[in-house]
Amino acid sequence: MTVGNKTFSVPKAPGRGGRKARYQKKGRQVEPFAAREIAALLGDRSRQKDLLIEHLHLIQDTYGFLSAAHLTALAEEMRLALAEVYEVATFYHNFEVVRDEDAAPAALTVKVCDSLSCEMAGSAKLKQELAAKYGATLRVTHGACMGRCESAPVIRLKDRYVGCATLENVETVIKAAKVNDPLPRVEVPSLQAHEKNGGFAALKRLQGGELTPATIIETLSDAGHRGLGGAGFPHALKLNSVLSVPGPRYMAVNADESEPGTFKDRHFMNSNPLQFLEGMLIAAEIVEADAIYIFLRDEYPETAQLLTACIKDIEKAGLNNGRPIHLRRGAGAYICGEESAMLESIEGKRGLPRHKPPFPAHVGLFGRPTLINNVETLYWLPDIINKGTEWFKLGGRNGGTGFRTFSVSGHVNKPGVYITPAGITAQELIDEFGGGMKAGHRFRAYLPGGASGGILPASMADIPLDFGTLEKYGCFIGSAAVIVLSDQDDMKRVGRNLMRFFEDENCGQCTPCRAGTEKALKLMERDKWDAELLTELSDCMRDASICGLGQAAPNGLLSILKHFAEDVQ
Amino acid sequence: MSDVVTFTLDGKTVTAKTGQSIWDVAKHEGTKIPHLCHADRAGFEADGNCRACMVEIEGERVLAASCIRNPSDGMVVNTASERPTKARKMVMELLIADQPERATTYDAGNHFWQMADQQDIADSRFGAREMPGDDLSHPAMAVNLDACINCNLCVRACRDVQVNDVIGMAGRGVNSKIVFDFDDPMGDSSCVGCGECVQACPTGALLEKSVLGDQRIDREVNSVCPFCGVGCQLTFKVRDDKILYADGRDGPANEERLCIKGRFGFDYIHNPERLTKPLIRKEGVAKSDVATLDPANPLTHFREASWEEALELAASGLKNIREAKGGNALAGFGSAKGSNEEAYLFQKLVRTGFGTNNVDHCTRLCHASSVAALLETVGSGAVSAPFNEAENAEVIMVIGSNPTVNHPVAATFFKNAVKDGAKLIIIDPRGQALSRHATYMLQEKPGTDVALLNSMMHVIVEEGLTNADYIKNHTENFEELKTHLEGFSPEVMEKVTGIAPDMIRAVAREFATAKASIIFWGMGISQHIHGTDNSRCLISLSLMTGQVGRPGTGLHPLRGQNNVQGASDVALIPMFLPDYQSVEDPVIRTKFEKFWNADIDPNKGLTVVEITEAVHRGDINGMYIMGENPAMSDPNVNHAREALSMLDHLVVQDLFLTETAAYADVVLPASAWPEKDGTVTNTNRQVQMGRAAVPMPGDARQDLWIIQEMATRLGLDWNYSHPREVFTEMTQIMGSIKGMSWERLEANDAVIYPCESPDDPGQPLIFTDDFPTANGLGKFVPASLISPDEIPDKEFPIVLTTGRLLEHWHTGSMTRRSAVLDAMEPEPIVHMPPAMIDALQAKPGDLVTVKSRRGEIDIRVRADGGVQNGMIFIPFCYAEAAANLLTNDALDPFGKIAEVKFCAVHVEKKRVPEMAVES
Repeated sequence: MTVGNKTFSVPKAPGRGGRKARYQKKGRQVEPFAAREIAALLGDRSRQKDLLIEHLHLIQDTYGFLSAAHLTALAEEMRLALAEVYEVATFYHNFEVVRDEDAAPAALTVKVCDSLSCEMAGSAKLKQELAAKYGATLRVTHGACMGRCESAPVIRLKDRYVGCATLENVETVIKAAKVNDPLPRVEVPSLQAHEKNGGFAALKRLQGGELTPATIIETLSDAGHRGLGGAGFPHALKLNSVLSVPGPRYMAVNADESEPGTFKDRHFMNSNPLQFLEGMLIAAEIVEADAIYIFLRDEYPETAQLLTACIKDIEKAGLNNGRPIHLRRGAGAYICGEESAMLESIEGKRGLPRHKPPFPAHVGLFGRPTLINNVETLYWLPDIINKGTEWFKLGGRNGGTGFRTFSVSGHVNKPGVYITPAGITAQELIDEFGGGMKAGHRFRAYLPGGASGGILPASMADIPLDFGTLEKYGCFIGSAAVIVLSDQDDMKRVGRNLMRFFEDENCGQCTPCRAGTEKALKLMERDKWDAELLTELSDCMRDASICGLGQAAPNGLLSILKHFAEDVQ
Repeated sequence: MSDVVTFTLDGKTVTAKTGQSIWDVAKHEGTKIPHLCHADRAGFEADGNCRACMVEIEGERVLAASCIRNPSDGMVVNTASERPTKARKMVMELLIADQPERATTYDAGNHFWQMADQQDIADSRFGAREMPGDDLSHPAMAVNLDACINCNLCVRACRDVQVNDVIGMAGRGVNSKIVFDFDDPMGDSSCVGCGECVQACPTGALLEKSVLGDQRIDREVNSVCPFCGVGCQLTFKVRDDKILYADGRDGPANEERLCIKGRFGFDYIHNPERLTKPLIRKEGVAKSDVATLDPANPLTHFREASWEEALELAASGLKNIREAKGGNALAGFGSAKGSNEEAYLFQKLVRTGFGTNNVDHCTRLCHASSVAALLETVGSGAVSAPFNEAENAEVIMVIGSNPTVNHPVAATFFKNAVKDGAKLIIIDPRGQALSRHATYMLQEKPGTDVALLNSMMHVIVEEGLTNADYIKNHTENFEELKTHLEGFSPEVMEKVTGIAPDMIRAVAREFATAKASIIFWGMGISQHIHGTDNSRCLISLSLMTGQVGRPGTGLHPLRGQNNVQGASDVALIPMFLPDYQSVEDPVIRTKFEKFWNADIDPNKGLTVVEITEAVHRGDINGMYIMGENPAMSDPNVNHAREALSMLDHLVVQDLFLTETAAYADVVLPASAWPEKDGTVTNTNRQVQMGRAAVPMPGDARQDLWIIQEMATRLGLDWNYSHPREVFTEMTQIMGSIKGMSWERLEANDAVIYPCESPDDPGQPLIFTDDFPTANGLGKFVPASLISPDEIPDKEFPIVLTTGRLLEHWHTGSMTRRSAVLDAMEPEPIVHMPPAMIDALQAKPGDLVTVKSRRGEIDIRVRADGGVQNGMIFIPFCYAEAAANLLTNDALDPFGKIAEVKFCAVHVEKKRVPEMAVES
């Protein structure tokens, strides 16, 4: 049916002409080299979407940064859209996204902690000095609280941290980081040794049927045990709330303590990880969790090593009762300490807090009822079960019940983690545990609960520090991170430091917090603070922010306006 | 839990239904709580991020976002007390601080400023942040992030509604910002230009470029989109009699959604190449002389004429042939792009004025084989369920179809369903945008659908997964099919299809055992010499598993053109009278002869490709072509063009001097869709009302008027003064739309057929009880393996497949004249797998020569990993490199559809002498 050789032409084609088409499909295309590298790197790992952050870590650990080519290939490999990958990669501090291949970052990045304890210890000056000395070869930038406030100022170099950092000791670590010396390991007793000392007895009694979930919950209720991540929610109530919704259920452990000045969970995990893990398994057993996810902040690599080894031993010994235990690595985002933001992050997404209700106990991880507990909350469970409620209750003082673990930093002689009677006052804490004020410093004020718990003057250091005792002063104990200020500290700078932290760390989701922190900081950078406007703005942040971050962000500011008005006028 | 909760809102006891938010109830009660990030539109879930809608709930520590908070029994909610009022105002004040000055902003009347006005807020006490610059890289849309309030509506539009997943919210905190892909310029990103984000944006941060700097709109006209068969309802935005853009409207098919063509593709009607005067071929200009013709300046080949002269010449040329040789020496091609009324009158003119059934249209290049199979097996050529039934399906099978390109808005509903948990099976030789969402992607060898589908059915029979009750009660001839399938095990068929048996088995099980499975197919099924067989297999698959006639099930050939369903229904096809009634049945014919008061040729007419052959034979000498472009759309188009040049008399009625019009004796300037009133029928069988939005340019005329003038001059006594009268006539003779009226459509905008009475809402699902066959049963028709007509060989080793691009409609006569669409895809390209590009020692962008036994073209290379090795894809919309010069005109024996999805070609890199370096 073909025609001869005669060809019939057409008139001039429509269209403006003279323009080139794209010679690729729309948008960035996967480059073959990157596809090969990513496929090899992921190997037989699961491509399920909740592993996005884990896979991003893997790429960054291998290549030092996240190139656009690798991210494009990862999106294809995980069947995600480019935007889905990009928004997650750019949400977290610790991911270094390089869009332009020509502008690969310096091989090493030095992060200098600029949270309050470190700034008080001179981190700003240190950062300048480091930049001057290494600026040509290293990238010197800032980092949020690294959970090592007892040894402020702190710097981070890849997975290495230098406490009480100076130009000199940083140099040693830079050399080590350059040759990739193995990380120093934390040593703890073996599982066998731990069991010999009575470890895991409570868990085994529960698993053996000698103890029932109901009796344990009753015990916890009697003891007045509370969640110790910051909110102080009665633990027994939470367990019952999770149990009120039919399974299958999950458990998520919040090991993302990021409240500036807080480093107690790190202390428990590094010093006695097996007791924490036993507590975790007890709680998981009670709520019959299908799986356990531990969300550990990225700043604790040595803890990750330790927990990985311990979990392996526990699984080998069968103590987990067949429950998978997933250790998930955070990627640098304070907001992920907020429980629902943490769930989002575990699901491989940006850490945006969810609206409540529904509460995570009912609709949590992957939409299922989820028990969320902080590390320390779980750490106490074996002790309370083994030693009894009376032992626990009698731990308190000044009307408090049980024990509180304070992370003490700032201008005291002996900063560190201290297990104290609940209800202790700030003055007692400084005197009995903190070794008193550092020479040359006069106690002027303290932050009872990290950056978000407000500020109280030294004249109010006789208030018992406990859940519910500080709220009437516009403050709260939160994660019990006490930062001690002195007459050497400029309250304006303190206020700005705190607000800058929230401006930097908020998720960006809601207007009062995203825009509020930014506008508040602008106002606070003025010499004289506009108390009226700042108060009005603070009201909106407190009332209308989605989560606790925005609601608490103005606490420091309001404390200063209330107690240190003369400093900002 | 009860379905209704009772609570107190501003002191009044009110009730809320399940799922209603406080905001919803307040709106219902007449309180419009301010809102920014809450769209209050279908498909957009509340996000609660802007905090502009805060209310106070007694007993709660903090305020609540009313848009995302559902009330509970006994709750006491205050919207107007001081605390929430102050908080809401503060939120506005924070956002205003970072907005461009209202006087100079992109859209001063936008939703954001309306909300500010509602609360009497004009300015802010706060300082502004650092303002980002604009991004004008996209041809249709401006990105002005200085007006962005991070409300996330564009992200939800892009991801939840359209599921294009291009827009993200990157960064964190105060640095969080809207990005496209990896913060790429919008124009360089994977954005498909649907503009859903623009329609959703409350501030003008994302804005139609056509209103950048001047947002005045003179009028809005509700109509329906003239591009694909989805049939999206839209609102034309008109200023100075020009369409600036369109917004999606809540039609049954599109639920406010649109694609790039339907939102930004209307300026073709204002293109300077529009024909505004009738044209008559100049004396002595040979029909073969078209290469020097420029549609912008046709006066080299044509002269302008009055309507009177042009119509007289047009009609008399046809009349002379009719009188000399009889009506069968004439033929007419109508259009699936016009209205039902036009199509109906066109076929009536050909049948009663020309005296022949030689009338056809592009359905012949489209779903003719699907219709043939459907009529043969289930007695109805239309879809059994609207595509929106995907929502109720557990398994969605998309085969031989690339809906994100060809039915973009339908594709969004498939993606929504997958996001909600449906499983998606894609069967296609080419990878596509939908592949990322697929549960199973079966990239078969081209042209092997019968083998693949038979092997699926083999598994279903072998594993006892058939629906025995359904087969027994609703079908016939299953035993013959069962025996036939024995030889089609997936293991044996793997050699043909290239698909692993495990995959076939898994897919067969999913399809058969799902509570509801639905099949969507496109040209990849129909445009083969075994196109009818392909459809038969799909029908058998549905019947044997009972996956038809219930919600979430069915057979849905996605119709290509906006009115290909309607044009076929009203008999713009040679073998049927309206409603698919055989023209060769004397009873039916007599009924129509009486109704039309005219004789009808007792023999069925010729189809598109057959007409071309008849012209070559000298049997047909005169044609009337309205809105079709066979010089581009027909297979082996060189042959078709030669036929056009051989005609003694050719009348073309169109908007532009198309490739077909270049061969015309008389060209009649017609009306574009947005210039006329009329109804169209989409792929869902929804008859929808289109309305004129702008006047016609120059002396262009309504098509209905032109057809009638032609009819009068051919001796018919017609007197239709409005499309309403034509529609009424249609309802009198077409049972399917008996219950419809023009007034009803004017009021409702859409009515689905079958619609039997004025009270009948219309039936979205058909085949619920039985089939419209003689015995009420569906029939299994076995299909054997038939190889494609032209198998690749040593000389022509590559398989060429053809199709559309998202931006270009059919032969490009409209879309290539739209500035936005032309800018998006300005140049012919061949999609080629990277390995083939390497093997040719070429790079993307290089020119290659593609040759078949029928023709050759030079075309530039686009790398496309979705195309399998050994295969290339060329869109057929480019006149300067017409894919149909290469395609094969071998026909399916039943549907008479040509095998444009498969032919053998040779590809080589074009050896061009190096150009001198430009200074």
